[in-house]
Amino acid sequence: MPSNRKITPSTLSVTDLPWQILWDKDRCTLCGQCTAVCPVQAIEPAVFRKRIVNTVLNVTADISDAHTVYYGIRQKTDPAYRCVGCATCQMVCPNDAIKPARGDDFDKLRFHMNRGGQPRRRGGRRNVPGSLLDRIKFIRISMLTDPALDAGRHEFELRTLLGRVLPPEQNLAFLRENGWIPPVREIYPLIIGGMSFGALSPNMWEGLQLGIAYLNEELNMPVRISTGEGGCPPRLLRSRFLKYVILQVASGYFGWDEIIHALPDMKEDPCAIEIKYGQGAKPGDGGLLMWHKVNQLIAAIRGVPPGINLPSPPTHQTKYSIEESVAKMIQSMYMATGFRVPVYPKISATSTAMAVLNNLTRNDYAAGLAIDGEDGGTGAAYHVSMNHMGHPIASNIRDAYLTLVAVGKQNEIPIFAGGGIGKTGNLAANAAALIMLGASGIQIGKYVMQAAAGCVGSENDRCNICNLGLCPKGITSQDPRLYRRLDVDDVAQRVVDLFLSFDTELKKIVAPLGRSTALPIGMSDALGIDDRHAADRLQIQYVV
Amino acid sequence: MCRLFAITSDNPLSPQVAINALDIMREGHDGSGVGLFLRDLGGPFEEIKDAPILSGIFTESGLKRLDMYMMELGFMTKYKISIKIPKTTPPGIPKRDFYLIRAYEYPEEWENCSQDALFDRLLDIRLTLRHMGEEKEDMIVFSFWPDVIMIKEIGDPMQVAKYLNLDRRELKARVIMAQGRQNTNYAINLYACHPFFLQGFSTMTNGENTAFIPIREYLLSRDFPGYTGYQSDSEVFTHILHYTMKTLGLGIEAYKHVITPLNDADLDPHPDRDFLGHLRNTCRRLIIDGPNCVIGCLTDHSMFMVQDRKKLRPGVVGGRPGLFAFSSEICGLDAAIPDRDKARDFQPMHLDTVVIGPDRREIHLCRQTEKLPRLH
Repeated sequence: MPSNRKITPSTLSVTDLPWQILWDKDRCTLCGQCTAVCPVQAIEPAVFRKRIVNTVLNVTADISDAHTVYYGIRQKTDPAYRCVGCATCQMVCPNDAIKPARGDDFDKLRFHMNRGGQPRRRGGRRNVPGSLLDRIKFIRISMLTDPALDAGRHEFELRTLLGRVLPPEQNLAFLRENGWIPPVREIYPLIIGGMSFGALSPNMWEGLQLGIAYLNEELNMPVRISTGEGGCPPRLLRSRFLKYVILQVASGYFGWDEIIHALPDMKEDPCAIEIKYGQGAKPGDGGLLMWHKVNQLIAAIRGVPPGINLPSPPTHQTKYSIEESVAKMIQSMYMATGFRVPVYPKISATSTAMAVLNNLTRNDYAAGLAIDGEDGGTGAAYHVSMNHMGHPIASNIRDAYLTLVAVGKQNEIPIFAGGGIGKTGNLAANAAALIMLGASGIQIGKYVMQAAAGCVGSENDRCNICNLGLCPKGITSQDPRLYRRLDVDDVAQRVVDLFLSFDTELKKIVAPLGRSTALPIGMSDALGIDDRHAADRLQIQYVV
Repeated sequence: MCRLFAITSDNPLSPQVAINALDIMREGHDGSGVGLFLRDLGGPFEEIKDAPILSGIFTESGLKRLDMYMMELGFMTKYKISIKIPKTTPPGIPKRDFYLIRAYEYPEEWENCSQDALFDRLLDIRLTLRHMGEEKEDMIVFSFWPDVIMIKEIGDPMQVAKYLNLDRRELKARVIMAQGRQNTNYAINLYACHPFFLQGFSTMTNGENTAFIPIREYLLSRDFPGYTGYQSDSEVFTHILHYTMKTLGLGIEAYKHVITPLNDADLDPHPDRDFLGHLRNTCRRLIIDGPNCVIGCLTDHSMFMVQDRKKLRPGVVGGRPGLFAFSSEICGLDAAIPDRDKARDFQPMHLDTVVIGPDRREIHLCRQTEKLPRLH
């Protein structure tokens, strides 16, 4: 490199990047797979010139030198081509000659991710590794009366309800008088949350649906999956598997033309309809599918032209306020589906969530409330929204539950918690903690991508290029060259593995607490935490 | 673990029968307390079945406050049992001033009251007295109801019975429930002692209720003044019974469907599956969990026993027409009704509700998988 090379403000060294490629010349076979597979073209084949100086002992002889070249890998330092740390190069290397390593200095790249005045956008998650949920312990071990329950042998009823449950007096009276009783579904408390067809690749989507169908039809586990805002493939809409699906409608109404037209042909009602008002990962921001991913198929399902950005507006444009919006949309959806399908809103966790909830308590049609916390994931959002906007899920869920207890409606409006559950891998423990804080069920997204498809993203800003459709695993890509890497059946198998292992772990948590006849919703006496303030805030025990 | 004994008899019996049965089962309780529930009374109370009887423990000043309060309301004492307390108190039993069992005459202006309104007022008075007592720690009130007497005290059941001379002529009942207490989860507090009572319904329980907190939250949010207390996790069983039968207007057969509903496999072929499905959904927060044997008494003097979903607690039923008993252990049954056909003893299982009606002619066993009787 010439010493007088032009230095611009955004000229970075490899050290300034968060990820550095370590390449071993001795092991490299120069097969070129790593450079071919790199999703962001962070590495390229390079020619390195090398000078060898031949020194001799005879002082009268001339010292000579020779210039040789060798071939190898060079990491680019242009911010547009920075290494994202996905380690796909390492995965394909036959000789373990290459790997990305996290730099030990504070990277300088972050100051240059706004070329053209465009702030950084990315997929993934909030870059905060820890989780308060992991600190919650289950302390009420049932030692008082023996025998304790046996997680492996006893019968466990771990289902939950999705739908508006009337007060017992009213429900039984309506049953006698043939009155209208809102539809209620009994489902498994772990739901695959809204990840749209478009955000996910066709193979990923199909694998999830296949896994869900297997869990329901072969293993008798009533697991449900939300479509996210991106419509639903027409054949699924007209199949008997639709009953396992929660159709999501959001402010872009993508795919709803197709859904409305399929209504007369539906063999089964969908499980429910989720109206998305907010997303925990990017509260106050609408959905975003960037043009890279809008191919012919996606465009057809969503009813849009291909190759354009699809930003959903932050608000449902036709309504003035959330109260009106929630009330009218819930009612319209009920009407469209013959009053046979539960309809509920999903909001991002926020300090104003209680106002929405209070509003729902007065709306006899509201079938529940899904609250999505700040640790949730997304396919595409502004970096600043993901990292700095949002509300933690634990206190929001607790407040919501206690709000319902105060008005005696804790059995009437189920609350579903989402956002970062299992973000450190402790899915069952996090889910059980939220259930005991008052959630009726849990929604997971990122966890499914990680466990069922091997998403390499992390809370340390690894990969996170879902927005560009460049997913090295083919999970969030619409490029067949990428998504063919993902085998549909393998994904389905992993979905089943995930739910079965979750089920066993959940039993291993509730059995020692002496619970088996019903999901321990609101069993806050079982919870403890080693932080006085968190304990006070959540109204659980402080334990050290 | 507590030990339970309940007996229903054509002929009024002394509570000592139940105390003896508890004593036989003493290996199963630690003698930290005893609770007695007497109903369908004999002796002098036979003639005053409609008069509400106040049962409780009072200090001297508490008694004065009680008298003032009751007089103000217009209640007149009709009859009372005077329990003369011996000078020396046995170890383990606290010294009290008065154990009160007093039947009252209703105030004249209450004459035209409907029965429901009357019962609400009786509850209101009991709760007011309880609050007054808790303020100054001078009254503990167990029940205020016609034809019902309750006695509770800390200490070994047999010693307490001797100390209070419970085996006396004027204290006899056709229905007796007794609990030998194991002091476990909560501090010794007589309000945590079974049996619990609410508007004619009474239950006692063996075991722990691990779903206590959510159930308590649900009952407290029902906006019914009687759903209060909860010094023990077992009190909710009485209140769920009250809620099932009084608020929802269902029969005792439905109680088990509320506290331990059927699973899908059993519910699908059930003739009442629609109704039971709705009951399971709407009463979901009343599902109990944990090992429990619940024994109770209904307003019509029926006695019943139910087990938890997995039948993890002991409970046996035996007797003969005119005299039946429920007991935690067979030895308790042997002590109370030795001359029964033991071959007919049985242990109700996880789907069963055993009911012995007020006529005491037979044991009625209803299984959850059976069709529910039609409601009248």
